[in-house]
Amino acid sequence: MHFEYIIDGGNFAKAGTASSLFKKVLKQLNVDPKLIKRTVVALYEAEVNIVAHAYNGVIRIDIDTERIYINLTDKGPGIPDIELAMQKGYSTATPEVREMGFGAGMGLSNIKANADKLKIQSEVGKGTTVEIEILLKG
Amino acid sequence: MKVKDIVDLLGLKVFSGTEGLNREVEGGYTSDLLSDVMGHSEAGQIWVTLQTHKNVMAIASLKELAAIVLVKGFEPEPDCLAQSNIEGIPMLGTEDESFEITGKIYNLLHP
Repeated sequence: MHFEYIIDGGNFAKAGTASSLFKKVLKQLNVDPKLIKRTVVALYEAEVNIVAHAYNGVIRIDIDTERIYINLTDKGPGIPDIELAMQKGYSTATPEVREMGFGAGMGLSNIKANADKLKIQSEVGKGTTVEIEILLKG
Repeated sequence: MKVKDIVDLLGLKVFSGTEGLNREVEGGYTSDLLSDVMGHSEAGQIWVTLQTHKNVMAIASLKELAAIVLVKGFEPEPDCLAQSNIEGIPMLGTEDESFEITGKIYNLLHP
């Protein structure tokens, strides 16, 4: 099954909407609640990253009996140093975003902790693609 | 212990989400960093924070938290309040600071 969600950069009022919609799908599909929890944390953080940093983006999700594959591709400033961005506590979020309680530099590590596979590719000035995989079978 | 028991015992204000007052409280989490709550809170916990915007409700819903307690007299923003009613997750309020209200809730949950 394939799902797509369009994400607007900067629209914090809608941040988490895609994650919420997809969570409902996972519940309807009777996916193991533990896997739903992990998927939702990883997806939400990645969704918020698009809202906080990019101009716009698309989330494409494929689910079959083996895995949940999430591809988040955004148009945005890109990440100059992915290794640095992965470090806990490192953030380039604006003061306004931080005041809301975002931008604590924990998002990518939350994704890593909950995904079975995580791949980030980025081109400065163009955008970023984040791929997250959650395996449905041990 | 249910959300409404904590509301009654501690005299908390109920802003919205009254449908969820019968939710069972399994524990609590106190933090103003959204990714911290996203990454480390557990379903059924009551969340103590000073963040008043709609995104707290998104997190509470995704993590299936029991309720949110706003500290120091803060009030939820209108769209947060509306979302709380949709989700049926209560937004509560206290004049206490985070440290104080967290201690009081902890004592109720761990008598």
